[in-house]
Amino acid sequence: MISKTRTHQAALATENPEFYLTDKDHHPEGSTMLGFWLYLMSDCLIFATLFAVYGVLGRNYAAGPSPADLFDLPLVAVNTAMLLFSSITYGFAMLWMARGAKLQTLSWLAVTGVFGAIFLALELYEFSHLIHAGAGPQRSAFLSSFFTLVGTHGLHVTFGIVWLITLMVQVSKYGLTQENQRRLMCLSMFWHFLDVVWIGVFSFVYLMGVLG
Amino acid sequence: MSMHPKIVGRLFAFLVLPLLSGCNMVVMSPSGDIARQQADLILVSTALMLIIIVPVIFLTLFFAWKYRQSNTEAPYDPEWSHSTRLEVVIWSAPLAIIIALGAITWMSTHKLDPYRPLDRIDAERPVAADVKPLTVEVVALDWKWLFIYPDYGIASLNEMAAPLDVPINFKITASSVMNSFYIPALAGQIYAMAGMETKLHAVINRTGEYEGFSANFSGSGFSHMRFKFHGLDPAGFDAWVASVRQKGSSLTRAAYQELELPSEKEPVRHYSTVDSGLYDAILNMCVDPSKMCMKEMAMIDARGGGGLDSANIVFQLTYDRERNWGSIGRQSRPFLLAQCTPEGAGPGGSEVLPPQSRSPFPSFGPSYGKGGDLSQVSSGTVLR
Amino acid sequence: MFSNPDLMKFIFGRLTLESLPFHEPILVVTFIGVMIGAIAVLGLITYYRFWGPLWRDWITSVDHKKIGIMYVILAIIMLVRGFSDAIMMRIQQAIAFGGHEGYLPPHHYDQIFTAHGVIMIFFVAMPFVTGLMNFVVPLQIGARDVAFPFLNNFSFWMTVAGAVIVMMSLFIGEFAKTGWLAYPPLSGIAYSPDVGVDYYIWGLQVAGIGTTLSGINLIATIVKMRAPGMTFMKMPIFTWTALATNILIVASFPVLTAVLALLSLDRYLGMNFFTNDLGGNPMMYVNLIWIWGHPEVYILVLPAFGIFSEVVSTFSSKRLFGYTSMVYATCVIMILSYIVWLHHFFTMGSGASVNAFFGITTMIISIPTGAKLFNWLFTMYRGRIRYEVPMLWTVGFMVTFTIGGMTGVMLAIPPADFVLHNSLFLIAHFHNVIIGGVVFGVFAGINYWFPKAFGFKLDSFWGKVSFWFWQIGFFFAFMPLYVLGLMGVTRRMSQFDDPSLQIWFSIAAFGAGLIALGIAAFFVQIFVSIRNREALRDLTGDPWDGRTLEWATSSPPPEYNFAFTPIVHDHDSWYDMKKRGHTRPLGGFRPIHMPRNTGAGFILAMIAIGFAFGMIWHIWWLAIISFVAMIAVAIGHTFNYNRDFYIPAETVTATENARTRLLAGQS
Repeated sequence: MISKTRTHQAALATENPEFYLTDKDHHPEGSTMLGFWLYLMSDCLIFATLFAVYGVLGRNYAAGPSPADLFDLPLVAVNTAMLLFSSITYGFAMLWMARGAKLQTLSWLAVTGVFGAIFLALELYEFSHLIHAGAGPQRSAFLSSFFTLVGTHGLHVTFGIVWLITLMVQVSKYGLTQENQRRLMCLSMFWHFLDVVWIGVFSFVYLMGVLG
Repeated sequence: MSMHPKIVGRLFAFLVLPLLSGCNMVVMSPSGDIARQQADLILVSTALMLIIIVPVIFLTLFFAWKYRQSNTEAPYDPEWSHSTRLEVVIWSAPLAIIIALGAITWMSTHKLDPYRPLDRIDAERPVAADVKPLTVEVVALDWKWLFIYPDYGIASLNEMAAPLDVPINFKITASSVMNSFYIPALAGQIYAMAGMETKLHAVINRTGEYEGFSANFSGSGFSHMRFKFHGLDPAGFDAWVASVRQKGSSLTRAAYQELELPSEKEPVRHYSTVDSGLYDAILNMCVDPSKMCMKEMAMIDARGGGGLDSANIVFQLTYDRERNWGSIGRQSRPFLLAQCTPEGAGPGGSEVLPPQSRSPFPSFGPSYGKGGDLSQVSSGTVLR
Repeated sequence: MFSNPDLMKFIFGRLTLESLPFHEPILVVTFIGVMIGAIAVLGLITYYRFWGPLWRDWITSVDHKKIGIMYVILAIIMLVRGFSDAIMMRIQQAIAFGGHEGYLPPHHYDQIFTAHGVIMIFFVAMPFVTGLMNFVVPLQIGARDVAFPFLNNFSFWMTVAGAVIVMMSLFIGEFAKTGWLAYPPLSGIAYSPDVGVDYYIWGLQVAGIGTTLSGINLIATIVKMRAPGMTFMKMPIFTWTALATNILIVASFPVLTAVLALLSLDRYLGMNFFTNDLGGNPMMYVNLIWIWGHPEVYILVLPAFGIFSEVVSTFSSKRLFGYTSMVYATCVIMILSYIVWLHHFFTMGSGASVNAFFGITTMIISIPTGAKLFNWLFTMYRGRIRYEVPMLWTVGFMVTFTIGGMTGVMLAIPPADFVLHNSLFLIAHFHNVIIGGVVFGVFAGINYWFPKAFGFKLDSFWGKVSFWFWQIGFFFAFMPLYVLGLMGVTRRMSQFDDPSLQIWFSIAAFGAGLIALGIAAFFVQIFVSIRNREALRDLTGDPWDGRTLEWATSSPPPEYNFAFTPIVHDHDSWYDMKKRGHTRPLGGFRPIHMPRNTGAGFILAMIAIGFAFGMIWHIWWLAIISFVAMIAVAIGHTFNYNRDFYIPAETVTATENARTRLLAGQS
């Protein structure tokens, strides 16, 4: 309370306070990164909900197959590696971007996209085998929540790849402009975010499902 | 405060309720001990809160009038905006009320927990040691109520009776959608949900005919999902049981399956005999003998699921999808399922490939499945 | 060709001629009315050659003020729809006694109460609140626009798209018959196989995207774009409540999106999240939807609290009492609103300790709320209260809301809730807080900020008429429901047996009639004010002797809000500037950097309607084409790098000089 009174008095004490910023423009710092962070947090809540749902339904096998019956850890490990690699290569792309090297940035982005695509392909392969084995998303609440959690992540990766390609076109067309750098930064956050979510999926769904 | 809170409540009731004497406020003047205590709680909490509400409303109107612009007599202090003393009061006064209410809430929630067996008949009488509670199994059907009396082997539809001053143990479930079982004169409500059992303990202290109904919207017949609850003296209850035994038909599984179909405004019906284990089968959603009981499913799940070759039992575990509440001819299945062969036994009715054509997961890991073909499992047995 | 059923099914999905309600006279008449109205509006737009300006200045506008105004207009239009539903229910319940079935059969009545709830919360209260925040917040913090102007436009049009989807259900097919939260299993495909629940899902999903994005936008705006000197503890209270509300939006709407997505997976792909089949769990839906649903209540009421704070301080000509404790109360409410959701279903049988925990957390919320009431009270104390219309709404709110708060705490006691849950007592309670809190707040806000938006005040006579009809109508409409609730009458009933209830329902219907007059008086108020706008004109930009920065600029504000960004020294900064004799700079203007209008948001939202329609009616080709088109338009939009421009210094100088002349003419 005391400090508040003091600042108040200090403000009043100023004899001729400035009320308008007339000599320069007010340039609030860019809000894109904060805005994108907020978006990521809201997306994170969607995943949190799906994780919670998996937590509730994850053992409702409906007298059907369980994670131990279905999951193929080596396959998922390869899959995880693909996504982790893609994060690293995205990091390389960002490093080249910082140096303003357009060609190298584009190449590393392409490598990232390829890793992402391999990840998706492996995931689709896994899904199709589960469905063929009679363990589709309609089989039990466990499988519904499994397919939805993993599938939502997969949709995000798909969306990320579409975005990646768009950005590659834009970078090659307009160069590493300030605007494109900001966009690459956003996609970078998105990509790493998906990586973090996947680590959650891998440990919580696959590892705990098979081993726990 | 030395006065018993209930007395405060009653005093308040005495002052306010005459205003509303024209109507029968069953919630405030119930006939069962549990509902009575719940009504008292409403009165006590209202009285407690009025300690703060009345001054606020009074001060609002008083300040609004006193400090009107035209009243130049009133003091005007445009910079006055802080007073630590006042702030302490405006935070601590509601806090004090909430502490009191919170304590009441904690105690009463535990005391009036619907799952807790009764320890008293009313304010004066504890439950006698030798009294045997009446068990009633309640099933919310679309849109009617079924009451099964396992101790008597009888059942009734859209009518319930209970003897005075005998604790009633309700076990409540539903056949399809969620309902809420509520007899305002007797006790508060509790949800009725399919495949699950909720419980309610209550006692009726006064004879009479009371209203019971569903308090949770459950579809087009909801408005008429009502029944009469009769509080009867012991002789009256015995007579009611006797008349049910005498005049009723028998509630077989087949009769139940017929009854379960959606219907409205069903007349009261009595059943002199009830198939043994019917309530248990309803609760476990396996009245239809082709269905697997929920508890079996839970048992299999607890053991780690049914393994890879369990696809064929899907049909035994679907209940909702066959109900077809839709208007005539409309599609009532999820789109993708309707496109598959709807009569199949696979997930949601899709066709299931014969086991030999299903390839196991190739290469990467160890082999799958843990033996035990569950495709032959039928209701009542678990083959493993 | 058209006799081929497979082809028909491919083209139209499950849409058939039977889906159009020709057999419902009420709907046919409504449809004809709507059509005549639409033709009249379109005709007028054409006659006055308004299409061009409509597209350039409004539809594609990224100006937060115009978007805010459009949100409020959307809310007013939807208020008429939502209120029509309300009055139909009141009439049905007043006549359907003793075997008389009333005029609404259950399948119609059930749609009406669902639509009433959905529309009033999502398409009336939400756009009202979002609109006011959009209009006011950038002005109050001395900013030129929101952080993401295009996103703001997109959010608005997505909200409109959601409203359009819900409105379509009136004439094509039907709406959900499940209650406004669509609890499964009733809302599952087995028990609601028709299109109603799908309309519900897609309407809310589309609007929900808009709401979430607008929440992100306003948080970024408030955190990053405040004028120099405006520390957090110098922000106006309305901005504080807006910040808290938008944090709640961003932290709760994703849960709604997720839970509705799961429900649609159940309905479209036959999954088993909330079914009775194969291990599904309907109780999880109830939990998840209320984890969104309870914060939603505070999303609506916190900005209303902010409005009352501004209004009570302005019209008492006095500093707000206890600014700091007001801020803390807001934050405490924001946080606590996440740990009370279970009080919406004590009757599910969670066990005594769980119920008691959630009951007590609920009660704790009433402490900061009570503190807020006292703060407003002591702001009036030793003030000079001017009874303009916004202040009337505020005093009305303080009395009405207090009663609603009291009944709310009663419902928070689990054993008391067992007898009151789902009863008309509950209905009375939440209308008591939503009408007494949110609606009164919105009307106070509209009357308060209207002169800022349009440059003239609203007529105060009709404003007072509207207030008194609402206030008295409210008590007539909802006090009987408290009584009925205590008589053990439950909600969502379309027919009754007990004739002794009828008198109370008749009183309630009468009250609804009074509220209808209150709404009518509001329209008259707008009409009269536009007619008399010259007499009501405000040239100063500060008609109420305001205290915060929005009153520092002209009314209506120029496109760029402030020619020079103000510097803030106090939380009543405009009052501070006036008190210490600021001088408005008259020259030295520089070019101002502004965002450019774009039609991408509107186009995306319209395609979203097509997508939703395809999904609802299973017209897959439409859904697929629309989805691809949405992605394509979104990507195409990112190729537009030309997103901003400078307002030349000459234009700014001309605008500001015009204002200088106006102000000189005043004095």
